[in-house]
Amino acid sequence: MNEQLLIVDRLTKAYPGVVANDAVSFGVAPGEVHALLGENGAGKSTLVKMIYGLVRPDSGTMTWKGAPYEPGSPHDARKTGIAMVFQHFSLFEALNVAENVALGMEDPPPMGQLAARIREVSTRYGLPLDPVRLVGELSAGERQRVEIIRCLLQDPKLLIMDEPTSVLTPQEVEILFETLRKLSAEGTAILYISHKLEEIRSLCDAATILRLGKVVGTCDPREKSARELAELMVGQTLHTPTRESADVGDVVLDIDGLSLESANPFGTPLKNINLKVRAGEVVGIGGVAGNGQDELLAALSGELPSHPTAIRLRGQDVGDLGPNPRRALGLLAAPEERLGHAAAPDMSLTENAALTGTIREHLADNGFIKWGKARTFAQAIIRDFDVRTPGPENVARSLSGGNLQKFVIGREVLQRPDVLVVNQPTWGVDASAAADIRQALLDLAAKGAAVICISQDLDELMEISDRFAALNEGRLSETRPARELSIEEIGLMMGGAHGMEVAHVQA
Amino acid sequence: MFRLEKRPAPSRFWTASTPVLAVVLTMLAGGAMFAFLGTDPLAAIRTIFWDPIFGEFAFYYRGQLLVKAAPLILIAIGLSLGFRAGIWNIGAEGQYIIGAISGAAFGLAFYPSESILLFPAMIVAGALGGWLWAMIPAILKTRFNTNEILVSLMLVYVAEAMLASVSSGLLRNPDGLGFPGSRNFKDYPAAHNNFLIESAGVHWGVVTAILAVIFAYALLNRHLLGFQIRLTGAAPKAARFAGVNPSMLVVICMGISGALAGLAGMFEVTGPAGQISIDFNSNYGFTAIIVAFLGRLNPIGVMLAGLLMALTYVGGDAAASTLGLPGAAIQLLQGMLLFFLLAVDVLANFKIRFGKTEAA
Repeated sequence: MNEQLLIVDRLTKAYPGVVANDAVSFGVAPGEVHALLGENGAGKSTLVKMIYGLVRPDSGTMTWKGAPYEPGSPHDARKTGIAMVFQHFSLFEALNVAENVALGMEDPPPMGQLAARIREVSTRYGLPLDPVRLVGELSAGERQRVEIIRCLLQDPKLLIMDEPTSVLTPQEVEILFETLRKLSAEGTAILYISHKLEEIRSLCDAATILRLGKVVGTCDPREKSARELAELMVGQTLHTPTRESADVGDVVLDIDGLSLESANPFGTPLKNINLKVRAGEVVGIGGVAGNGQDELLAALSGELPSHPTAIRLRGQDVGDLGPNPRRALGLLAAPEERLGHAAAPDMSLTENAALTGTIREHLADNGFIKWGKARTFAQAIIRDFDVRTPGPENVARSLSGGNLQKFVIGREVLQRPDVLVVNQPTWGVDASAAADIRQALLDLAAKGAAVICISQDLDELMEISDRFAALNEGRLSETRPARELSIEEIGLMMGGAHGMEVAHVQA
Repeated sequence: MFRLEKRPAPSRFWTASTPVLAVVLTMLAGGAMFAFLGTDPLAAIRTIFWDPIFGEFAFYYRGQLLVKAAPLILIAIGLSLGFRAGIWNIGAEGQYIIGAISGAAFGLAFYPSESILLFPAMIVAGALGGWLWAMIPAILKTRFNTNEILVSLMLVYVAEAMLASVSSGLLRNPDGLGFPGSRNFKDYPAAHNNFLIESAGVHWGVVTAILAVIFAYALLNRHLLGFQIRLTGAAPKAARFAGVNPSMLVVICMGISGALAGLAGMFEVTGPAGQISIDFNSNYGFTAIIVAFLGRLNPIGVMLAGLLMALTYVGGDAAASTLGLPGAAIQLLQGMLLFFLLAVDVLANFKIRFGKTEAA
């Protein structure tokens, strides 16, 4: 064990009501790419925060190159040689790349020297980056490069990466992996956090699998199938969504030349979107976050009215109708943000059931809400969608993400929509809840509804879609039958590598 | 050190008991203030909070209590609906003044009518006046996205200027020997808001206030509009998703609060105040903001808070006359009440934990 770079021994951290890490042990050798695999809430983030000095463990020890390691702050961690790229970027849009890098360094060199070093390091690792460009002008993938370069300049021995690929197109992911492989070949250890199994299988040498704060297994991910990994992660046999082949019917929803300014000054305007969706089919819409997903959902739900003829439901113009008239006609939606948009956090589940259910479930009589009936509807959602909660009088924010998401999707599915539009239906949801939600969407389509699923999870889209289209800077690509598509083609549809230069890494 | 930890759900216990805690803290801090002013704090607190209801002269004060509480409750009920939805009508005082002027002017225009229809028509005129005054900030907000806080507040000063103008001009008593102020409604029976039960201080304004409480309670708990109001306040984005039209809600909420404030002004000027004069308004429109929050924007709470606030007015008057406390001290006491309420409010949603802080 002496050749290990970092050894984590029985680390335990408890928060009120939950043990985030329970005697977690594992080791990372120099040059090893080590995956931390687990569902949301398995304790991966707490674990790396302890390693990075952001959180102090309650008990347990860490050893760095044979010596005890007790970081009191990220400052200590960086001095030791540990760097971390966070899932959420901490960059200033109004500053340029070099300035942003300097802000994150312990003792930055003079600006001119720094710019030269950024150029040098970024070319060496195949992550081209211009130090004088403003961060505000960069794509998500390029911003991530800034974070990575900032870490590499400190010459780390261990690089921690927290879900780095969630903002990248497949091509960008490949560029990143080339960089990581090169770093690993040079002896830098990488701790790679993800729940994307194929990535881990292609990149990592070893994996530690966490479930509910405990280590439930270690393995060589290249020797396991994605399904085996998933079952280790979830701890149960996974149910793969299945669908009965349904006959695709007539066009129900016709989006015809939809262009729309975003309500949000930082949003993405929609540009001439055309899409026909037939009864009984699932259309998947992919794309990197921030390319018009929220605006498309708002345009379809009725929150953002558009030109009357831009959206037609069974031949009827609905573009200028608000959410409730559209619901009356059978066009339902479930937005991405569960708390605050799809549901009111401080209101009970009964009230949240009435939030969208009033029209189709006839929950109001002369303007007076029938709370008894609303409660019955909420109970039906809880029962049919296996929402874990003591009862419908509990407030929405007391539910876990997965349970609230099942409630939000269930609320729309139970209203028998003709067209259902969902945005990120399984974002931040545990694997078994995600499988239930996908199955519910497929069942809905099998019964003859048209389903539009907007998502950034390509595996999800490939699993449930009949046809696939990609959103890129507010434009929607042509749809293609999902079965014929390769991952490279999807990447190109999503806007390629956003014009970024592909890595040319010297072997 | 201590830190605040968000509760998974608001605590029912603290939601109900923070107003009581705030009253107790106000008594303590207020008592300390009275002690600094050289008054026996226990005597002052007793004179303000106890004597008006149970003391020797309670028969006189009890009637005063409802007379003061009715306009506060009436205005605060309207404000609480808007506040629930995040619509901040701060200018109830102006709507109250304009309501009073409209109602009084309508009645005075028919002097000396004896029609029994006159008083109901004046009620409508008063409500309409307040509603119109509130429509100015509402329309400006929905059309031009102006800030309703500023516009409604500034309109208070316009209303005060109009009050000064009409009391010495348009509505001045022609038989009043040139003194400012309108005819006294006590001498104009068809237009007088007389006591229905004099010993209890019940006049038509009190009846209307009770009806407003019931109306607001039913609206918020049973009606779709009330649900939309609560939803807009709790989660504006979710409200849009639920199909709420925010502009419509602004117009409705401002309209209801303006009309209720106008009613309060009309009942006040034709009853307890008796005439339009430059200072008939007792800042009820501003105090009602405190009442609305003290009552947790809940109709029943607003009713209790209105009674409590009326008590500090009545008791404060008593303390001023018997103990010689300055009027400003009473206003400070009322301010403390709101301050402590907002301060302890945090307990409903947060737990206080003692111990070391930690970066999460």
